[in-house]
Amino acid sequence: MNAMPEAIASDAAVFSPAGDVVIDCNLSKVFYGDFLAVRNSSVPIEKGKITGFIGPSGCGKSTVLRSLNRMNDLIPIFRFEGHVKYHGQDIYGKKVDPVVVRRYIGMVFQQPNPFSMSIYDNVAFGLRLNRFKGDMDERVQRALERAAIWKEVKDKLKNSGLSLSGGQQQRLCIARAIATEPDVLLMDEPCSALDPIATRQIEELMLELKESYTVALVTHNMQQATRVADTTAFFGVDISQGGRTGYLVEMGVTRQIFEDPQEELTKQYVAGEFS
Amino acid sequence: MSEIDLTLLANKQTALPSLHRQFLEPRAMKSGFLTALTWTIAALGSIPLFSVIYMLIIQGGARLDFEALTALPPAGFEDGGGFGNALVGTLVMVGIGGVISIPVGILAAVYLAVLGPHSKLAKTARFVAKTLTGFPSILAGVFTYAILVITFGYSALAGGVSLAVLMLPTVVLAAEEAMRQVPQKMTDAAYGMGCTRTQVILKVVLPTALPGILTGVMLAVAGAAGESAPLLFTALFSNYYISELMEPTASLSILIYNFSAMPFDNQIELAWAASLVLVLIVLVFNILARLLGRPKY
Repeated sequence: MNAMPEAIASDAAVFSPAGDVVIDCNLSKVFYGDFLAVRNSSVPIEKGKITGFIGPSGCGKSTVLRSLNRMNDLIPIFRFEGHVKYHGQDIYGKKVDPVVVRRYIGMVFQQPNPFSMSIYDNVAFGLRLNRFKGDMDERVQRALERAAIWKEVKDKLKNSGLSLSGGQQQRLCIARAIATEPDVLLMDEPCSALDPIATRQIEELMLELKESYTVALVTHNMQQATRVADTTAFFGVDISQGGRTGYLVEMGVTRQIFEDPQEELTKQYVAGEFS
Repeated sequence: MSEIDLTLLANKQTALPSLHRQFLEPRAMKSGFLTALTWTIAALGSIPLFSVIYMLIIQGGARLDFEALTALPPAGFEDGGGFGNALVGTLVMVGIGGVISIPVGILAAVYLAVLGPHSKLAKTARFVAKTLTGFPSILAGVFTYAILVITFGYSALAGGVSLAVLMLPTVVLAAEEAMRQVPQKMTDAAYGMGCTRTQVILKVVLPTALPGILTGVMLAVAGAAGESAPLLFTALFSNYYISELMEPTASLSILIYNFSAMPFDNQIELAWAASLVLVLIVLVFNILARLLGRPKY
């Protein structure tokens, strides 16, 4: 593993996808306090596709993902320049309630994080939050089925969500996230805490989920990006200014990024020359 | 054999070193000595505890019957009698203390743990609460005497308030600690689901922390039940059952204090029985704390 090569000064050409853009994310600068974490990253998220975010550690891919549903608001020193538009609406607009944004743009985290409740209550949580009035049992079952975990838990819905294995917990979290039928699903390295078999199951699940949802996926695993992502955004780290600032190097159709990268840095990264 | 002989391992033709335990080796002897020492000291430490419980059961058990639990305290040379009014008085005053300190304590802990953990107010409140846990209980009595008793006289309410002063810091600190133990990834998940901050606290933080909060509450209640010093200044004593909150009220701890100094065998026997009851109350609350403190999921 070599050190990160010197950043290339020129900025990547803006990628414009063929299909509808659900989230138009253009972050020119993201700060945590005085620290410039991310710059010049324009990442359009295309409807019904899986957009993969890859890049070395500290390249800001999680920061960018978390700014798509205002999860960064929980960090008081976060601020940014640019815009994030969801179906044309600025989600950081003055009148926008971040709570509502997160109900349309759901999230699955790096560490499986079920609540310390029963499996059933975990999935019903979001529905109850939204005062869902219909057939709760049916919705819970459907979410668990779509998350490919129904067969394993159908006889123990009253058991604690924390009693499941790591891979099952992560699928439970996916069920919880899709139970409320969000429009977009953000996944922040959902397989990094899982073994290869559980990872495979989650990947198959993602491919099924994109039939109904738009997915943005941060992954540290390039093979995972080639297996599931339709579009891939490659982020790099710029250490020329002293700090470690992430930025978008190149974005394109996944096959093009891996087989015919336009930037030297992308070429070196996908060839495994640094990570 | 204190060191592995590397040359032996290298030339495999010789016998393998013995792996059996060597009791006379210095290291093993030191370890055995220290183990015996800690055992002895632990046993010595539990002698006072078990002798107190033994004495209470022997001396108090004899008089612990229905009459003792329900009858009014006897006068000077009277036979029989009991401490029913003191038992009720203790439960009422601990109840008042709990009604005041539990909601206030939990709400304060929500602020300390979730809303503004690093604010100046939180740092000050936390420091004060920690100081108050070591607060001499008689001062809680003097404090309540100054704010309530001087104006309204001795009362069950004043007794309850003085117990609340003592319970509050325990409840606050235990509840704050329990809420801090809720993993951040769980609150992140709740925010990610579109919870408001109030919903995160009500639906995730409080239910997850509930066992720990209940443990703290029960310990505070158990501690308050045994207090006598603050009640001397606030509730005083009464020979009758409590009929309203604004009159002097009996309590087990004060009854024990009064009766144990009397020159009558009957009263002294009742003091023993009341002590046993007090210990049983504390025991029951501790057991409840353990049962309720078991996480549900």
